[in-house]
Amino acid sequence: MSQERDHKRKKRMFVRTAILVVLAAAIIYTIITNVTATGDIVEVGDTAPDFVLTDMDGNAHKLSDYRGEGVFLNFWGTWCGPCKREMPYMEEMYKEFEQKGVHVLAVNIAESDFKVKSFADTYGLTFPIVIDKTNSVRDAYNIRPLPTTFLVGPDGKVKKIIKQEMTGDQIREHMESIMPS
Amino acid sequence: MTLVSLSGYLLFIAFIAYLVGTLLFGGAVKGSKNEASASNKRWGKAGITVTIIGFIAHLGYFITRWMASGHAPVSNMFEFTTAFGMMLVGASILFYFLYKSSAIGLFALPIAVIILGYAAMFPKDIQPLIPALQSYWLTIHVITAAIGESILAISAVAGLIYLLKNVDLTKRSKGRTWLEVVMYTLILVVGFIVVSAGFGASGYEAKFTYVDKNDKPAEIVYHNPPLFGMNQYELQTEGAMEPLAEMPPIINAKTLTTFVWSIITGTIIYLLIRLITRKRVAALLQPLAKKANLQLMDEIGYRSVLIGFPVFSLGALVFAMIWAHEAWSRFWGWDPKEVWALITWLFYAAYLHLRLSRGWEGRKSAWLAVIGFAIIMFNLVAVNLVIAGLHSYA
Amino acid sequence: MSSIKCECGHVNPEGTDICQNCGRPLSAEEKEKRLADMRYDGAAIRSMTHKRSIVDKVWNFFSSVKIGVSIIIAILVAAAIGTFLPQVFYVPAANEAQAAQYYEEHYGTFGKIYNALGLSDLYGSWWFMALVGLLGISLVVVSLDRGIPLYKSLKNQRTARHPSFMKRQRLFGEGKVADPDAVMAKAKEKLKEERYRIKEEDGAILAEKGRWSRWGPYVNHAGLIIFLLGVMLRALPGFYVDESMWIREGETLAVKGAPGLFIENKGFSYEVYSKDNAKEVFGEAIDRVGTVASKYQTDVALYKQPENALPGSTEKEYVKDYSIVVNKPLKYEGYSIFQMDFKLDELKSMTFALENKETEKPVGELTIDLANPEKEYDLGNGSKVRILDYYPDFSGFEDGEPQSATPIPNNPAFLFKMFTPEKPEGETSFVAIRQTLEPLGENEYRMAFQNADTRNVSGLTIRKDKTIPIISLGGLIFLLGVAQSSYFNHRRFWIRRTEDGKLLVAGHTNKNWVALKRELDKAAEYAGLPKYSDQRDPEEAIDANTEGDSKA
Repeated sequence: MSQERDHKRKKRMFVRTAILVVLAAAIIYTIITNVTATGDIVEVGDTAPDFVLTDMDGNAHKLSDYRGEGVFLNFWGTWCGPCKREMPYMEEMYKEFEQKGVHVLAVNIAESDFKVKSFADTYGLTFPIVIDKTNSVRDAYNIRPLPTTFLVGPDGKVKKIIKQEMTGDQIREHMESIMPS
Repeated sequence: MTLVSLSGYLLFIAFIAYLVGTLLFGGAVKGSKNEASASNKRWGKAGITVTIIGFIAHLGYFITRWMASGHAPVSNMFEFTTAFGMMLVGASILFYFLYKSSAIGLFALPIAVIILGYAAMFPKDIQPLIPALQSYWLTIHVITAAIGESILAISAVAGLIYLLKNVDLTKRSKGRTWLEVVMYTLILVVGFIVVSAGFGASGYEAKFTYVDKNDKPAEIVYHNPPLFGMNQYELQTEGAMEPLAEMPPIINAKTLTTFVWSIITGTIIYLLIRLITRKRVAALLQPLAKKANLQLMDEIGYRSVLIGFPVFSLGALVFAMIWAHEAWSRFWGWDPKEVWALITWLFYAAYLHLRLSRGWEGRKSAWLAVIGFAIIMFNLVAVNLVIAGLHSYA
Repeated sequence: MSSIKCECGHVNPEGTDICQNCGRPLSAEEKEKRLADMRYDGAAIRSMTHKRSIVDKVWNFFSSVKIGVSIIIAILVAAAIGTFLPQVFYVPAANEAQAAQYYEEHYGTFGKIYNALGLSDLYGSWWFMALVGLLGISLVVVSLDRGIPLYKSLKNQRTARHPSFMKRQRLFGEGKVADPDAVMAKAKEKLKEERYRIKEEDGAILAEKGRWSRWGPYVNHAGLIIFLLGVMLRALPGFYVDESMWIREGETLAVKGAPGLFIENKGFSYEVYSKDNAKEVFGEAIDRVGTVASKYQTDVALYKQPENALPGSTEKEYVKDYSIVVNKPLKYEGYSIFQMDFKLDELKSMTFALENKETEKPVGELTIDLANPEKEYDLGNGSKVRILDYYPDFSGFEDGEPQSATPIPNNPAFLFKMFTPEKPEGETSFVAIRQTLEPLGENEYRMAFQNADTRNVSGLTIRKDKTIPIISLGGLIFLLGVAQSSYFNHRRFWIRRTEDGKLLVAGHTNKNWVALKRELDKAAEYAGLPKYSDQRDPEEAIDANTEGDSKA
């Protein structure tokens, strides 16, 4: 009799503990994901979503074609002040790192060809600039502030996401970090 | 005669019938020593007959107005409040037949009359539907929610009768004070009706220009002497009164003015009653409740919550969510009106749990029922007029 | 842990108030009560019986109805506080700093404190979610704790109950009758007619109906738990999409939040009620209110990328045309696209004439597509206009450079170079709305604004909510459960013959006593059962003729 009761008690204890733990875990998980939600679709460590866009000279650029080398993926707009300021540094570093296996790909968000061309001419930019006319690449990366830069490593994974203006030194550091070894 | 004018007449007939019905039910309760006496039954039968006639006329108003406009007449403050009054009467008829209690009719009808009076103070013209309201879910949601609320309101009526009989008005107590507060609040609504109808009949108008909260110029017309002015107001009507004080942009000074006028008038009416009769208003009404059966009132109070709660859940929450899902793309958006429907629902859920598990019956339960009705009325009146949200059109 | 043995010999679990076998009161508390506590049929509420470990203590905490009601009230009060001021998602602010500024500007110190305390995002706060979570735990624990013992108790209930149990029921009557067996037989017959299920056991009858209504509370709690579970699932990736986008007439854009879908805006239209197109009865209202919108509509074409196509690729297949209006979203593959907002008359193109300043004689006209300007416009006869630069949303000069605040053509400005046979080397002119500058000296020619074309912009919202089926199921179960417990009653009568030839009658229902009495009256009248009374409240004893009596 007492053994049976003991067994019952243990079972009860187990059931209650299980229910409470499951409920508490589910609730805590929900709260944490809700409170810490950033809205980012692509996070550091994820494989950078592949895309294909055409540059000003009509060449198609597919992100996965750069696999094995680093990609400095910059989202920008002609009207955005910080973009204007960091572009010359990017150009400088592009020239230095292109041969070392780090490519620059600048994705303009849905502006006119005219505007992008005149911008590139004004600042003497030579790295490939592509225009995301339908916003589909912007949406795939869920870009909000401009500029936003993704550092994509040789393995195709996102190494870092920078949501602000960068100095020349920072750009150099970032490019070094994704140089193929 | 057009449908619109027919519907107006029918509403007026209903209004008169409810007044007469109140008197007849009063006769049923007062005219006899024993509630079950023959005279009580005669008066009670007459009362319910007139009430049903009124209800049918009211239903006629509702149908003819629906036919005239092509949509259910529940899309603005006048229409919704009028429909709510109708459903309150409908619910009291239902409970008359369930429990044969004249007392419920006696107290529910005057409340319906006040509600109709309140409704009549809003623009009565038939308005076309804005795009968001063009959905049959609007009709289903609003009508079901109103039916639920009106059944829940019966519980407050029963609770009020319970309290009028049960609370000892000869001794100072919290119960006595609060009961008087309830009476005073009802008289304030009467004050609002008197003010609106009075100034409305006199044709008072004062036009202002002002700067709204988005810093844009705007115009507003007061229909009562402006006690408070809008942000940076300028009076445009000659000879009208200059406001006593200017309000910051987030406060609608016109609403505030009407509110303060209602309080002044209501308070005067209240004080006059007290002065003339030398009695508390609750004490004046108490004889009408004296013959009511407390157990029966408690039962009716509980039963109406039981009947009303599922209907309210269905109409005010479930149908509302379905509609919101179709119209606003999400089934829940924390809009103030939605939140207050949720609060009402939570409150009645608490009522049921307190009653079932903690034995809150009788007086406690009656108080809860009165508070529940106050929350429903708050959602209807204050949330619409003060806290503007998506529902501010209705 | 001990158990309680009743006089009848039945062993009840600890905490039982009423013997589950015969119905004798067991606890000291219960014995003192005039009427039996029938809420859970006297069964031991589980939590009340084991109070040892911390798990039991937590369990007991959530099992308390008092705690449950307290949580409900706390949510109620919090929800009410959240309506004092508009929540942050109704406020036109892009970030926290702007929101803080908005609250302070519009609502003063109160607004500042309200926002600082986090009340402006109350429903998204961790503590509000935690309160709802606590309610969820309470729902689970309470239901298990009370539902299971009640179920067992009702399932195992005996037919013959001890007189002490019957005497302590609200409806009770006793008395001598001439032929108890005949009376009981007739009562049984009548109650069967009233659709009672009858059980018999040596000289005792149990008539019962509507027991299933007792499960209503547990069914509705289960519905609420499923509902909350659905809401919780939204936190998982892929279950819930809520995005919005602007799309101009003529544009084709990727549908935000719906990878692989594209939408083309073929035209936005906006209609208002007027006295001509609306029913006559609306005339008065239209006069009073002015403009009343009748329709917002975006005509769209939906496209889909082929399987495996990459973002950015331009291949797409036509799916369908649709007119999105309020209340009629475009639905496709679990996504719903709603008409939510609009902007009228955004600039689309501008037409200028190149003319001689003195003679005002035009050389030619050119129309610039503001979304896609060309580099050069040839006007023929050796005249042409080149755009040196274009500023869609001109906001002033910075270090002598014209600036554009956004890429949207709100305030277009151009730096033109005008070539004419007289001035083959070109003249430079900066042209903005109501402003012309000639930075390189006085010109002979100018660009004169002729007219502009506009287009509308539709604001669309994109939703996908995979939790809807779960949430709907929860809602449905909740409603069924509430209806089950509200509109049906559990009614029981016990009739028993005692050894001294008396007949005992007792009745119980969980609600609606009037109907119970009505049924007992019918049976009593037909069978000649002893007169009963309602023992609930001696001071308020209902006399047989009160207004509540249905026979009156």
